Amino acid sequence: MKFTLSWLKDHLDTTASVDEIAEALTDLGLEVEGIENPLAKLSSFTLGKVKKAEKHPDADRLRVCVVETDEGDKQIICGAPNAREGITVVVCKPGDYVPGIDVTLSVGKIRGVESHGMMASERELELSDEHTGIIELPSGEVGESFADWMAKNQPEKVDPVIEIAITPNRPDALGVRGIARDLAARGLGTLKPEKTAQIEGKFPCPIKVTIDDDTREGGCEVFMGRLIRGVKNGPSPAWLQQRLRAIGLRPISALVDVTNFFTYDMNRPLHVFDADKVRGNLRVHRTRGGETLIGLDEKEYTFPAGAVVISDDHEIESIAGIMGGLRTGCTEKTVNVFLEAAVWDTIQIAKTGRATKINSDARYRNERGIDPEFNAPAIELATQMIMELCGGEPSDVVTAGEVPDVSRAYKLDTDRVVSLVGMDIPAGEQRRTLEALGFRLEGDLAHVPSWRPDVMGEADLVEEVARIASLTKLVGRPMPRAHVGVPKAVLTPIQKRENIARRTMAALGYNEAVTYSFIDKESAGLFGGGADVTMLENPISSEMSHMRPDLLPGLLQAAARNQARGFMDLALFEVGPAFDGGEPEESHLQVAGLLVGGTAPRDPWGSRRPADVYDAKADAEAVLSAIGAPAKQMILRDAPAWWHPGRSGRISLGPKNILATFGELHPKVLDRMGVKGPAVAFTLWPERVPFPKSTGATRPALAASTLQPVERDFAFVVDAGVEALTLVNAAQGADKALIESVTVFDEFHGAKAEAQMGAGKKSLAITVRLQPRDKTLTDAEIEAVGAKIVEKVAKATGGALRG
Amino acid sequence: MDDLRQKYLEAIAGAGDEAALEDIRVAAVGKKGEVALKMRELGKMSPEERQVMGPKLNALKDEINAALAARKEALGDAALDERLKTEWLDVTLPARPRPAGTIHPVSQVTEEVTTIFADMGFSVAEGPQIETDWHNFDALNIPPHHPARQEFDTFYMHREEGDERPPHVLRTHTSPVQIRAMLAQGAPIRVIAPGRVYRSDYDQTHTPMFHQIEGLAIDRDISMANLKWTLEEFCRAFFEVDEVELRFRASHFPFTEPSAEVDLRCSWQDGRLKVGEGDDWMEILGSGMVHPKVLEASGVDPNEWQGFAFGIGIDRLAMLKYGIPDLRAFFDSDLRWLRHYGFSALDVPTMRGGLSR
Repeated sequence: MKFTLSWLKDHLDTTASVDEIAEALTDLGLEVEGIENPLAKLSSFTLGKVKKAEKHPDADRLRVCVVETDEGDKQIICGAPNAREGITVVVCKPGDYVPGIDVTLSVGKIRGVESHGMMASERELELSDEHTGIIELPSGEVGESFADWMAKNQPEKVDPVIEIAITPNRPDALGVRGIARDLAARGLGTLKPEKTAQIEGKFPCPIKVTIDDDTREGGCEVFMGRLIRGVKNGPSPAWLQQRLRAIGLRPISALVDVTNFFTYDMNRPLHVFDADKVRGNLRVHRTRGGETLIGLDEKEYTFPAGAVVISDDHEIESIAGIMGGLRTGCTEKTVNVFLEAAVWDTIQIAKTGRATKINSDARYRNERGIDPEFNAPAIELATQMIMELCGGEPSDVVTAGEVPDVSRAYKLDTDRVVSLVGMDIPAGEQRRTLEALGFRLEGDLAHVPSWRPDVMGEADLVEEVARIASLTKLVGRPMPRAHVGVPKAVLTPIQKRENIARRTMAALGYNEAVTYSFIDKESAGLFGGGADVTMLENPISSEMSHMRPDLLPGLLQAAARNQARGFMDLALFEVGPAFDGGEPEESHLQVAGLLVGGTAPRDPWGSRRPADVYDAKADAEAVLSAIGAPAKQMILRDAPAWWHPGRSGRISLGPKNILATFGELHPKVLDRMGVKGPAVAFTLWPERVPFPKSTGATRPALAASTLQPVERDFAFVVDAGVEALTLVNAAQGADKALIESVTVFDEFHGAKAEAQMGAGKKSLAITVRLQPRDKTLTDAEIEAVGAKIVEKVAKATGGALRG
Repeated sequence: MDDLRQKYLEAIAGAGDEAALEDIRVAAVGKKGEVALKMRELGKMSPEERQVMGPKLNALKDEINAALAARKEALGDAALDERLKTEWLDVTLPARPRPAGTIHPVSQVTEEVTTIFADMGFSVAEGPQIETDWHNFDALNIPPHHPARQEFDTFYMHREEGDERPPHVLRTHTSPVQIRAMLAQGAPIRVIAPGRVYRSDYDQTHTPMFHQIEGLAIDRDISMANLKWTLEEFCRAFFEVDEVELRFRASHFPFTEPSAEVDLRCSWQDGRLKVGEGDDWMEILGSGMVHPKVLEASGVDPNEWQGFAFGIGIDRLAMLKYGIPDLRAFFDSDLRWLRHYGFSALDVPTMRGGLSR
């Protein structure tokens, strides 16, 4: 919302400066977004008098002038035809910035003669486009500030423009009067009395107006109008044009400019029809759907069913409360005008506005809510203004519907105001504030003014009192903790787990990424998502159309972007939600890690090798361990389709509870995602790791034996398809009490192994660590355990000790 | 005897290796060495002579043994020095790589903020990101078709044909967590709720996803003055300065009343923010007293309970505190950016050690 200072002063009697007004507005909740103050750029210029003007010795068109200024006489070279002795001019001195030519002046020499400044034209000072000569002032003293002179003598040319942001609850501040009322309540001046007019109709209105029965409710409350015949339309007067231009509107014609004036002056949209183009009567009704209208903006609009429009006897002529039709619009030739003021249902305006995508000043105001009680006065005031500007003779006013009764009152509990705001605002001050804003107080009941549709309860009264009292003055008041003493930890177990997983990943060398929760359909599809239930109805682009089913596609896209920048070795991770469906409960927390390229840069030590599935597995296991997953886990094989079928696994507790999937990503998936592979990764579900049942911090006692442990190595020849974990578990089972650990330390497979051990065979070597508990083991006992291990392994895998 | 001493000490000093030293030892103090032989002669001496010669011979033996040991160590040291000289390595070669990962600024700042509010007695609440329009709008006093709804640039979820429920939304703010937390816990309550939020906006300063942290405190007599103090304390702790100054400006949010936008006194020097000084005011958050209708929707009686709520942009806090210029880069995962603006795994913010290094 834009307005000028002089416009504000139509409603507010004030001596406050623009800066004071701006500060108050922002504090009141009408946030100032910009001030354009033409006076600000004139501040350095002063008036001077030309004492002498002689032709330049070396240039016919230039004059050498002696100008009397506040700093004494100055020699200035001037090319303007009107530069002559005796005139009062505006002097720009060396050091001054001249806005219209974007130059900071210095002492110059023009054709060998020194010039100490310039005398300005209106264009050079950005006052107008006038540049035929320098400014000649009819009054003013030498040395007087030009800004002061302008403010006093030609304020309309230097009217400051203030732009404020209007929150949706303040439609009244979409009119200059509403803004003035707030400022007056704050004490920045006095609100001038409201203007009224009563224009008697000279003849019955030939155009009748009706509202269809199904359109009263939720459509149109009241529709008033009158004909003014014999008007002479044309450009509106300069003061009105200047105002409209100042706030960024284009003056069109007197009739249209009057409606725009009321829109901004009183938050009162009006419409004018060229009555001669209206065929028969006007009828407010709902659309069937599919009808069209060419609007005043010359665009064609198609209506949905149920929109409210205004038709004459033939067709739709206006989109009610939003935009008039082109055919019946007023032109320079209009002589008979039908003036409309109506109150429309705000929700219906919003719906039709969205359907037609029209963003007009009228829609903006009608959907936020105008003052219904101002409907009849507006017709009278606008008629008066039209007659002043265009002449003409008014008819009686025709009315359909009724002005809605919006009267209501709420209790002002002054103690509660103090309790909520935490400021000591005296009860009398609270009442004065509300009255200044137009509320009528009756005991402790505050009757809401008709222009404040937002005030719907006691809480709104509190807000009015608080903002006028100024929240800037609010002083903080300590709020002690609800419980005295050392604060308790507040994170839930899963919140702690998320933090631990994140920091473990960073400690493992991964860089945390935060990627968008939505991805393109194809990428989602590659990872088991992309169903319509996870689709956005209005995505910002096709790259962000579906909720991600997994964190990996986002990380892979990030990897591809980094590869394109020349970074080929990547360790990225993310912790965040993945989405299984379109309902609120259908999401879950994931931790995903992605390794692409080498494990390290090339170095003299051969540290670099391609990241492989065992890196991904190690990292997944490290995170699982950090968040407290039980050590005993199963490895299942049937990972989903986006993993390499032979090089992936799933870490699970039992056959159902999958804690993590790890492996190489499927080469086709990498190809589709544009990542140069190979790439290994894991996805981990922290919520699936069971929480420990006991919450105590006590650890079990350490059972460290003083007896020497014994380690024995075994190498087995097994079928190539035998999995190490089967073998390890078998060995472990040979003597659960004595065997502390079994670890694989060698795998020998491939052609060489087969040459030695037979086709389809490989060798797995394990170290078994025995920990005696009550006495040192004898050789015979060690032998016996060894034999048992060999037997168990043979039974479980069909393998035999390697000879 | 002096000759003997002289002879062996010289021989020891001149011995070139351990073998030569051993020969000398045998010849001098071995069982049949010269000193041993001399010792045997003691028996033939008179007691007076023996009393003189005995100690002298013992001293000689000790001296030779000590000289042998010293020489042996010296030879050993020399040999070791020789060996070590040959073991020279170029220590300017690069060290073996150690992995160094990073924590994203959004995660770090979220932890900083929760650390501060945990100290003030706020726990951490959560809610879904695909939200019902009731939780995201209606319960927050934003009825359907209200112009305020248009200001959120909401993403809507697809609805299957025949499903007549209003479409779910991607939550446009963390405020629906207020509703969920109050429905679950009732009053009194003090929670914060960090997380992702979504708005359909993408330009220089907007991304369609960003992060907010919601704060909610409801009790019997919490006032807006308490809100101001809480935010002042938060800003002082978060920006790690001794003094901050906040300015409350009246504003409007449908879910709070009165509502205020909050500005922070600051100055900008060379693109760096300095908090608590200067003449600039920077808007940092929106806040207010929870609207009675919101309390009602959450099953909390507004005649009995009152309190405040606020919402802060986490990404914005990160940008201000750490001087990160561009919001869009937060979600681009450029490795150079992640390394430059990221935090070490061990940079865990605490009240004890401070929030940042």
